[in-house]
Amino acid sequence: MSAQQSLSNGVARPPRRGALAQSWQRFLAMFVKEFIQLRRDRPTFAMIVGIPLIQLMLFGYAINTDPKHLPTAVLTSDDSPIARAVIGALRATDYFNIKYIARGEADADKLILSNKVQFVIQIPPDFSRQLVRGEKPGLLLIADASDPVATSGAVAAALGAADQALDRELIGPLASLKQNAPPFEIRVHRRYNPAGETRRNIVPGLIGTILTMTMLMYTAMSVTREIERGTMEALLAMPILPVEIMLGKIAPYVVVGAVQMATILIVASLLFQVPVVGSLFTLTLLTLLFIVANLSVGYTFSTVADNQLQAMQMTFFFFLPSMLLSGFLFPFYGMPKWAQYVGEAMPLTHYLRIVRSVMLKGSTFGDLAVDAGALAAFTLVAMSLAVMRFRQTLD
Amino acid sequence: MSVESDIAIDVRGLTKSFGDKKVVDNFTLQVARGNIQGFLGPNGSGKTTTIRMLCGLLTPDSGEGKCLGYDIRRQQKEIKRYVGYMTQGFSLYRDLTIRENLEFVARVYGLEAPEDAARAALERLGLVARADQLAGELSGGWKQRLSLGACILPGPSLLLLDEPTAGVDPKARRDFWDEIHHLATQGLTVLVSTHYMDEAERCHQIAYIANGRLLASGTIAEILAGAQLSTWVVTGEGLDPLGGELKHQPGVDMVARFGSALHVGGRDEAAMERIARRYSAEGRHRWKRDEPSLEDVFIDLMTRAGADQ
Repeated sequence: MSAQQSLSNGVARPPRRGALAQSWQRFLAMFVKEFIQLRRDRPTFAMIVGIPLIQLMLFGYAINTDPKHLPTAVLTSDDSPIARAVIGALRATDYFNIKYIARGEADADKLILSNKVQFVIQIPPDFSRQLVRGEKPGLLLIADASDPVATSGAVAAALGAADQALDRELIGPLASLKQNAPPFEIRVHRRYNPAGETRRNIVPGLIGTILTMTMLMYTAMSVTREIERGTMEALLAMPILPVEIMLGKIAPYVVVGAVQMATILIVASLLFQVPVVGSLFTLTLLTLLFIVANLSVGYTFSTVADNQLQAMQMTFFFFLPSMLLSGFLFPFYGMPKWAQYVGEAMPLTHYLRIVRSVMLKGSTFGDLAVDAGALAAFTLVAMSLAVMRFRQTLD
Repeated sequence: MSVESDIAIDVRGLTKSFGDKKVVDNFTLQVARGNIQGFLGPNGSGKTTTIRMLCGLLTPDSGEGKCLGYDIRRQQKEIKRYVGYMTQGFSLYRDLTIRENLEFVARVYGLEAPEDAARAALERLGLVARADQLAGELSGGWKQRLSLGACILPGPSLLLLDEPTAGVDPKARRDFWDEIHHLATQGLTVLVSTHYMDEAERCHQIAYIANGRLLASGTIAEILAGAQLSTWVVTGEGLDPLGGELKHQPGVDMVARFGSALHVGGRDEAAMERIARRYSAEGRHRWKRDEPSLEDVFIDLMTRAGADQ
């Protein structure tokens, strides 16, 4: 029509290669095409290198299966040099970070139920008097064994420390007490999981991990799917607000999540005999909150990603640290401080505390207000981001 | 709500660039209420971008205007409520049934009785028997019919249809246009982009855009008169080589093959006369003076704009 070259010049049939060479060439054609497409998708290209590198660094440095400096409370009315020396010896093991002085047993229980401490060292009132009299008094080490992996190292260290704990105190007239060492006994009370079964810790954690993965995936592709199927343009031309779209897309999966939660809970108690010590209502309520938090994170990814592949990669980029830094597989307090901060930014971290505490320890809503608040804040931030990110026009 | 004036579309100087490419350049158009406005132009000329600016999906870089009396920059919410936009590709949910799609639309537009509205639309469309079939399973013609049905379900005042009949068979196209005329007689304004000349001829007014610029606008008679193209119809043997030769003749602005005839046109009437006389004298072809068709005019406009790169 205009200055265009006519296509008819190319009609003559060009020569072809042999059969085998053609097959090889078809393979090459596909190979090259896939590579070009991969390279055009910039974010994906960046994530090819980014995901393995960042995650390797993150987990390589963060994971430590023998956690030290575990938060500990001391409950005692014995302020003698001997009691102080015992506490000092325990602290010297590096396993116990004494953060609280409990004002009684109720206070100590509250600290454990709200996950503020993992240990309570209880020294009876007449500890030093009994010790001096050679009566081998007992010191009570209460361990929150709902996570047996996290506490076992510390318990072993405490038992080992008892032998030399008072070497420097027992001098002069007291030196004879060293003969039948140790001069006192450490009685370990593994609360919530006396047999130290890791299953009791893992199964509730699995509820959180499974829900994270499924919930993220459901919503992570919900917006990109509309774009890729060509329905987005029509949707944008209709009088519907981004927040209406978001809530409408999230709500069905809350129901799906609730079904999943119920399934896991029933199977957990039937097959693995993991009890629900606390209130089922609290557990359900907070689990729903956690489900909504994950759905809104997934939806936020969906508003950022250009296509479903990117959305998928973001999901995994989020899921892996959730699993590894939340305390699901490795003790939370075993990680360096910075990794704990990263962990605090993951909904799963807070939910693990909630689900384990309610199921194994019987913590109440009041004990878990901080974690519940974190989940709510998380949801709010993710939803606001998603609504802001949502492109209302095609500009 | 604004008082609906007699002008449904009134935009001036709309300009939109993507990167450094000006896709729409200083576009001005007025469409009276109840009119069917044809919107023509080659691929990539900026038709879709213009339509998207009209319905609030794109913000113009400059220029201003109103749709149904609502500002296209500031009152997108109102525009979305009263404008029905039918996208180029099928944009209903393929994995929902026809009824479910219609009910979805009815709810999004906040209709009081969405089920009733969907049922009424099904009856209008003649799709009652297939209401529970998945929309993705429909043939091209039915898909387009359903899309139009979904567009008019909420009772819009203005319809923007982006190449609604692309890839649709002639019978379905004719039915579609009958429907559009029927809607227009009920007071709906329709802007429809198309590549088909027979469709252009069924419009009350036409706008022709190439390279983002409005090249011609008005009724068909106005456009034909405005083109001032002297057109000759050439018949005989060996038209293709002749066409190639004529393209390079000074004075020839347009050469196009229509079946067994060649349409040759130029704005310089005297020059065209000379060329026609010279070639008829060779005796191999018959040259006959004719009125230019709409297509001749558009091919000339397109050639001049160098649009079809």
